[in-house]
Parts: sequence; C-alpha cells; structure tokens
Amino acid sequence: MRTPFTAVLAAGWLGFALLPWYMLEDGLLAFSWLGAYPDRDTAPALVQGLAHGRWWLLPPVAALLVPLIAARRPRGDRLAGTMMAAAGLFGLAWLLAQGFVIGARGWTQPWLTEAFGRIQARQFGMGWGALLTAAACLYVFTTGLARRGTMRGDAFVTGAIGTVIASILLFVFYPVSKVLLAAAVDEAGGFSTAELAARLTTGNIWGLACLGGRAQCGVLWNSLALAVTTGVLTTLLGLAFALLAERTGFGRRGKGVLKALTVLPVITPPFVIGLGIILIFGRNGTVTLLMEQAFGIPPSRWVYGFTGLVIVQVLAFTPIAYLVLVGVVQGMSPTLEEAAQMLRASRWRSFRTVTWPLMRPGLANAFLIGFVESLADFGNPLVLGGNFEVLSTQIFYAVVGGQTDPGRASALAIVLLCLTLGAFVVQRRWLGSRSYTTLSGKGDAGLPTPLPRRVRWLVYGSTVPWMAFTVALYALVLFGGFVRTFGIDNTLTLEHYATAFGIVWDAEGLQWTGRAWPSFFTTIELSAIAAPLTAAIGLLTAYLLNRQRFAGQGAFEFVTMLSFAIPGTVIGVSYILAFNVPPIELTGTGLILVICFVFRNMPVSIRAGIAAMTQIDKSLDECSLTLRHGSFATVRRVILPLLRPAVVASLVYSFVRAITSVSAVIFLVSAQYNLATAYIVGRVEVSDFGVAIAYSSALIVFMTAGVALIQLLVGERRLGRRNGAAPLAQRSVAA
Amino acid sequence: MSFAGRSASVEFRSVSRQYGRVVAVNDVSFTIRSGTLATLLGPSGCGKTTTLRMIAGLEVPSAGRILIGGEDVTTLPPMQRDVSMVFQSYALFPHMTVLENVAYGLAGSGETRPQQEERARQGLALVGLSGFERRMPSELSGGQQQRVAVARALVLEPRVLLFDEPLSNLDAKLRRRMREEIRDLQQGLGLTSVYVTHDQEEALAVSDTIIVMDQACIAQIGTPWELYRRPASAFVADFIGGANLLPCEVTQIADGVATVQVGPVRVQVEASENAMPGTAKLVVRPGAVAFMTGVEALSGLSALPAEIRKATYLGSHWEYTLATDLGEVFVTQSSEAGYPPGTSVLLALERRGLALVSV
Repeated sequence: MRTPFTAVLAAGWLGFALLPWYMLEDGLLAFSWLGAYPDRDTAPALVQGLAHGRWWLLPPVAALLVPLIAARRPRGDRLAGTMMAAAGLFGLAWLLAQGFVIGARGWTQPWLTEAFGRIQARQFGMGWGALLTAAACLYVFTTGLARRGTMRGDAFVTGAIGTVIASILLFVFYPVSKVLLAAAVDEAGGFSTAELAARLTTGNIWGLACLGGRAQCGVLWNSLALAVTTGVLTTLLGLAFALLAERTGFGRRGKGVLKALTVLPVITPPFVIGLGIILIFGRNGTVTLLMEQAFGIPPSRWVYGFTGLVIVQVLAFTPIAYLVLVGVVQGMSPTLEEAAQMLRASRWRSFRTVTWPLMRPGLANAFLIGFVESLADFGNPLVLGGNFEVLSTQIFYAVVGGQTDPGRASALAIVLLCLTLGAFVVQRRWLGSRSYTTLSGKGDAGLPTPLPRRVRWLVYGSTVPWMAFTVALYALVLFGGFVRTFGIDNTLTLEHYATAFGIVWDAEGLQWTGRAWPSFFTTIELSAIAAPLTAAIGLLTAYLLNRQRFAGQGAFEFVTMLSFAIPGTVIGVSYILAFNVPPIELTGTGLILVICFVFRNMPVSIRAGIAAMTQIDKSLDECSLTLRHGSFATVRRVILPLLRPAVVASLVYSFVRAITSVSAVIFLVSAQYNLATAYIVGRVEVSDFGVAIAYSSALIVFMTAGVALIQLLVGERRLGRRNGAAPLAQRSVAA
Repeated sequence: MSFAGRSASVEFRSVSRQYGRVVAVNDVSFTIRSGTLATLLGPSGCGKTTTLRMIAGLEVPSAGRILIGGEDVTTLPPMQRDVSMVFQSYALFPHMTVLENVAYGLAGSGETRPQQEERARQGLALVGLSGFERRMPSELSGGQQQRVAVARALVLEPRVLLFDEPLSNLDAKLRRRMREEIRDLQQGLGLTSVYVTHDQEEALAVSDTIIVMDQACIAQIGTPWELYRRPASAFVADFIGGANLLPCEVTQIADGVATVQVGPVRVQVEASENAMPGTAKLVVRPGAVAFMTGVEALSGLSALPAEIRKATYLGSHWEYTLATDLGEVFVTQSSEAGYPPGTSVLLALERRGLALVSV
C-alpha cells in the first residue's frame, strides 16, 4: 500500500515542481519548450508562484506536504488520515477553482472584476504539471479516507472510486452542464432565462403546422414519430427473430446466420445501411431503375425522408431488439407453458395467456432501446434525411452550418437529452421492478412448446424476406465500390479503391498515396489507444459495482450508465463547449477523440464486466485479501485471469465501436486528426458515393477480420487451459 | 513450522456492526487467549460469521474496537492484519495449481520463488497432501480441497487462523475426521484459532472456549463443560445438547446447591452464582432421565408420572416422547428393550443431567 502511494506522491511533486504547468504549443514530448524553460509559459507551478507572480498556484502544495508528515504517524492512526483527506480535498478544490476563475483574459466572471478590480494575470489550458498535481491531490484525498478506515482501509478501492467519479464528473457531467448553461447565454454573453425559454419553446421544435397543410412540423415531432415507429417495428421484428431462433426448426439449423445478424450492426458504420438503401431505392437505385423499365414509374426522391429513414433504422436496430428478446424467450421456463397445456389450454391459448404476458416487460425494454437508438441516430438522417429534419441533425447544422448558433444547438441538445434520459429513467425505474423472473434455480426438464401455426407463419413470413433484404443490401454495398457510377455506369473498376487506398512504390520507398490513408491510420491509432483505456475504466467500474459496497452506490451506478443515454451529438456539442477554453483546452487534439471514445463506450464494458464477475465466487477475492494480497494484487492475480474473456470482449467492442462511431466525433475531428467515418460522411455530402462505399466496405472487411481473429485467439486460449478453469471461462463467455 | 512466538490474542471491545437498520452484531465483547481455539456458535443469522469477518478485516465495525495481540487493528485492511482464513467454500483459485494456491499468500514475503515453493510443500505435507502439487483444484475430492485450503492458510504462519464453517460441505464421516485433524494441527502448532459453526457437536468437540451467539448478541461464553452443565439461559441449554425445560420452584439455596420443586418431585441441583429462590426453569437433559418400575417408585424416591406417546428405535438407543402434567418430555434410553406407546412410566431425574436457568 505504501509503495504505490509513494509513487503517486513523487509524481505529484514532479508535476508541481518540475513539469510545465500550462499546456504547451507543441506538446510535452516535442521538447521544444526546453529552450525557454522556465519562462512564464513553460515554468512549473512552484516557479510560476515564486518567480512569475502567479501566487495562486502555490496553495495546493499543502496536499503534497501533509502526507510527508502523516507518513510518520503509526498505521491505523485516524488523525493522520483525516489530515491527508482534508489536505487533498483542499488542494483539488483550490486547483480547480483557480483554473475556472482566472482564464485567458483575467477574471472569467464579471462580478469578480467588480469585486477585485482587473487582474493582470491570464492563464491558458492546464498541462501535464497541472494534471499530475491534480491526480496526486485526488489520491492524497482518497488515501487519507482509506487511512481513516473507509472501504475497510483499502487505499486501492478508495482511489479507484475517486478516479471513476472524478473522470465521470470531468468528462460527462461537466460538459453536459455546459450545454445546459449555453442554452441560456444570450448574444451579449450574459445569462438570460427569457432567452432560454424562447429557445426551448420555438416553433422550430414544437410546431404542429404539418397537421394543417404541407408545411414542416417541428423537429421534435419528426424525431418522436420516427423513434416511435422505429421502436415498434424493431421490437416486432426482433421478437419474430427471437421466436425463430428459439422456437422453430430454423433456429437449430440456422444458428450461424442469426449470429452473423447480431454481429453486423456492431461492425457496420451507422450510415452504411443508408448508403445501401440509396443504392437500391435512390434515383439511380437498382429497384428504381427496374421499376422504370418494367412499369414506367418515374424515379422519385421518396426514399429521402420519413419512409426511407424508417426502413434504414429498422434494418440497423432490429439486431439489438433481437439480442434483448432472445434472452427473454430463452429465460422463459418451458414448464410454465407445459403447465398451461396440462390445464387443457390449446397451444394458441397458452401462447396468448402465458407466453405473451410473460414477455411483455422484455418487449417494453426492446421498444425503449429502439426508441432511444432512433433518437440518437445521426449518420442515417444525415445521409438519407432529405428535408425531413430530426433533432440530431439539426444540432449538427446549428454547430457547423452556415449560421453557427451554439445557443440553438444547446437548446436542441437539451430537448434530445430530456427525451433519451426520460426513456432511460422509465426503463430503469418502471421496468426494473416489473420484469418477471422466469428463470428459477431448478433445472427445467421441459421442452419448449412449438409455436401455434399462425404465429409460426407470421414469424417465417416476416423474418425470411427481411434476412434476404439485409443480405442483398450488404452485397450491393460491397459491389457498389467496384463500379464506376452505380446505376448509371456499371462498368467494373478499381478506381475508387485506388483513389482511397492507393500505394505507390517509387524511388523514395513506399508511398501511401490513397486519400483515405491519413484518416484510416488516425482512426486505427486512436481506437487502439482508446480500447484498452475503455476496457480498463469499464472493468474497474464493474469491479467497484459488483465487488464493493459503499454509500451512494446506487447513484454511482446510475451515473456511470447515464452516458449510455446521452446521444452522441449531445456529447459532441458539449465537448466543444467545455473543452475549447481554459482551464481545459482539448479541441483539435487527438486526446479529445480518445476521451470521447472512452466515455461513450464505457457502459458496455461495465455491463460485460459485471456479467462476468457475477460468475466468480466472491469468497475468492476475500480469501486473497486474507492471504496478504491487497485489492490491487487480488484484481491482478485472481479476478483478471478469471475474467479474461470479458476483458477481450470489451477490448474488441470498444475498438470496433470507436472505429464506427460518427455522431459525437464528427464535431471533434480536425484537419490533423480526421477519422474514417467523418471522411466518409464528407464524401457522401459531395455525392462522391464511389469512394464512400469503397471505404465503408474496406472498414467492414477490416473489422470482420479483426473480430474473427480475436475470437479465434480467445477460443484457442480456452482450449489451452487446464480442465479446472474451463467451465468457469466458458460460462463467463456465455454471459 | 512453529507458531509459539507468533500466536496472538483477539479482543473485541463493544463491537457493533450495522447494515442500514439491521444490527448484525450488537455490542459484543470477548477475549480469546493466545494459542487457544474458540468457537463462535449459534443458529444461522445470529451474527457469528460477521464477527469472524470483522476479525479478518473483511468487514469494518460500525462501533467499537478490535485488538489482535494488543494492537488496535480496527481500521487496518486485511492484508496488514497477519490473519488468515479458511472459507466455507474453500475459495481455491480455479486457475492455479494446488502448489500455486498454497504459495499464493507468500508472494509478498520477500523470499525467493524456490523458498516459497518449499514452504508450500511443507504446508501440503502437514495436511498429508504431498504429491498433489501439480493438480488443479477441480481434480481433488472435497476433503482434499479442504486440506489445501487449510494448508494455504497455515503456511503464512498467521497470528490468528479463522475457520468459517469449514466442514459444512463434507459428509458426516469425513466431517468427524477433518475436525479431529484440524484440532490436532491447532494444538500441535499452538495456533490461536477462531472457528465458526452452527453444529453444536462440532463446537463441543474442537473448542477450548465456545462463544454462543443469539440474535446479534453473545448468549454465553464458556468451556464446553460449563456450557453444557451450567447453561446461562434456556436458549443455551436448548441449543447445546438439547434440553427439556420444565417450570419449577426454587425453594432453598445452600452451599451452592438448590432445592427445587418440579411438579410432585423434589430434586437437588447445582446452583449458579446468581440463582435466586423463586420461579425458574429446570433443564433436564434427554439422556439423564431414568424409567422406573412400580417397585422402585414405592421405595420413596420421588418421580414424575408420564405416558409414552411416541417411541422410535435408532439402533444404539430408543427415543421417547412422553406426556406429563408439566408438558412434553423428550427422553433417550440406551436399553435394548423398548416400551410401546401408551405405557405409563415414572420418570426419575438424575442430578448429573439437571441445571437451573432463569425464566
């Protein structure tokens, strides 16, 4: 326990007394700052405070001094712990306060200027020195709490809780609260509740003009109509697939097909299905041309708008509904249905009176998920929306469009956030208490009842055409990259791939001449950095939620899962608003993209970790604790080895999700750090479909290969294990 | 391996543990002497396991102090307490071999890898499992897994060794053997041990001291002999050894002997220090009641008339449920011949199986 803390303290001193306090133009590793060191821009806090008149940087030193005194006190001494906790908290609070109060132009708040007069000081974004000092303050605080006996005196656990809470506050709560504030800022820069009210109640959002005539309805109603339609349809279709998998002969033979169905949406960038639909139903689409030749129906733009979006979103989100509902159908004990039949109910009656009611909470859950996904969807409306405006695209245009209007973007973001959070809260509160547990601990010997005939035909009738449609769509997308201009000039060509991924070998060696390479490499690099971070913080949070008991745990869990319910566009806007000005300036860097990936994908990592940890007997860690291992060593030597499949799963998932995400990152990319998805969206916007499709297919193939490779590796490791661990590992994979 | 210099006492000073409004352990104080084995005994939910986990440091008291070897360890994390524990589920790490499991706790000891393995081997030899080093835990029987768990705790030479219902997953025969092995090891090594069980026979068999707990409080602390012969309450009397509790009147106390009137019978019972004349309950052990024939009854001994309601033959003895004016009485008789239900008998209460508890 002492050794890691000594390292933390040393890092704190390093940050405080040696490293540059402020952010550097070229980054720390460029070392170009060494020449000027330690001037007003590059000096560490200690020098800033003593020599450059920035005295307000000095007080946090208390947090670094107190532990030196406390170290002399005997172990188990509560007073030392109290002192450390107080000093750490003070250091952290002071550090943040000075950063927010003194900005690039002196005082950041008008009332401070009035109270204290103008101040000559100005400071820029915090850098490595500040980061290390802040981290040290945080750990001095948590270690102090541990010495007072919090969390059984376990400094690792208090430190972990502190880390997770601090990072969620900084990277989820703080930016989102910035959005809420920005909606109330008027043109002059002051606060105005009238402005907020005006923005929130504008006819643009709430208008009902479309009921009367041909005018457009408010963007809110558009989004809601789309979300409800998509939610209902994905739920029904997902249920049909779930019944197909679990209750028909197809399920037993066609497992592979259904598995592929669940993997597809994960590896598909969100707008690819929209592209595919354009290839089929667009003005030059296959079906459109066929219809024109056969029946003389002139091509139209019907697919751009509500109908097209419904088709696309149902295609995109049905697999998620299927995943939810297949669990519900599996979890239903066959014995209940057998019991109903023994009570003289016909197959149809037992389906209607027993099976269906038992599934209702699961259906509500699937609906809410489809509803939220549709609301948050950004890529498809961007590609296929046409004149049909939804909240997520409106937010985007309010930020990057002709008239940039952060206030309007924020107001729209608030409306969207309220909708998704509302659905999320309903799901947690209402469904949480209502799910019918039909899985009992007793072994069920019963056989699943076959479906009544009319239900069976309904299932086959809806799922089989849909699967065929999906296959055709993906085939077309792959094919579309190899023709000159899809629908008009179907000559086979490799020119799009050459444009995107050209490689030249000349006198100067290998040249990556393809235009897609820079964004491709950036995407891979940033995703590869984000994936382990996501898995680490996600599994750490899962460990805290599953293995520790502390006050406020329910709220803690709620907050960690919350970022799931925040749409990507809202996150994107909030990051721009929050991290564009001191004290934390991150826009334009690769770091902000990595952070965005981490906090967007963390909830999935948490879920995977909790599911796997539930399978591991808690007495294993307690035993390790009594065998002279601290919590950290226990996590490393006992939990992690048993958790390996979950680790791999969340690594893969966060890697792939980072590559395919578009909604949040499209706000955050820069010339230096462009991402594959943002590049493709740019191509689509200028109707350069060939390259967009070629790039998308390349991404899909790349990720399929990646996922397959990882699954192969995990599979092999399981075989290589000794018998002892195998059942456990398999179970956690299944989970 | 020697623990002579290392074993430490364990002391609880007014320790309580609350979970929200539920009080799991309520103001518990006791001292366990160094080198002895103390049992925490009680029905499920009485707080005994929570008490044990507080010694280990897996739970932190809501109030009170815990001292090990005189040092206040209340806020210390488990790894700094120098205590080890044998878990009910054994908690063998499924991804490690037997040897790795046993050597696990030695990782931070500063010894080299071969030294650690050598000590782990010694630990395995101590529990009779030499030759099993390379096995995985899943390849061992329940009894062998139990021994690995004990070896793993022992090799750390802890100041206190804790057992959380260590035998509850074993069959009856193995349980008897394992408890003797544990007791032999503990006495041979002079190890302070705290042992949780809900099985009173197991507690009587292994303990120097038994701490009986009931509803989060301590009901009584004593040696097995004291608990059986001088139960402090009706709960303890019934929980340890089983007891018939008959209403009685203490008429006189002299020289530590109480004269007690129970129904028509007058008996003499050893009185506890705080016994007072007046209404009380007489503890009558099932094995300390004799059936008398009419002739013996006439000889002037006072006896309790009863009628047999139920008779069960169990091989080594008979069990009878009898109806008396004072209520139902449960009796065991070791004689081979039995009496059928409906027989009227006279019961003689033998002084060796009697005790007084307050109402």
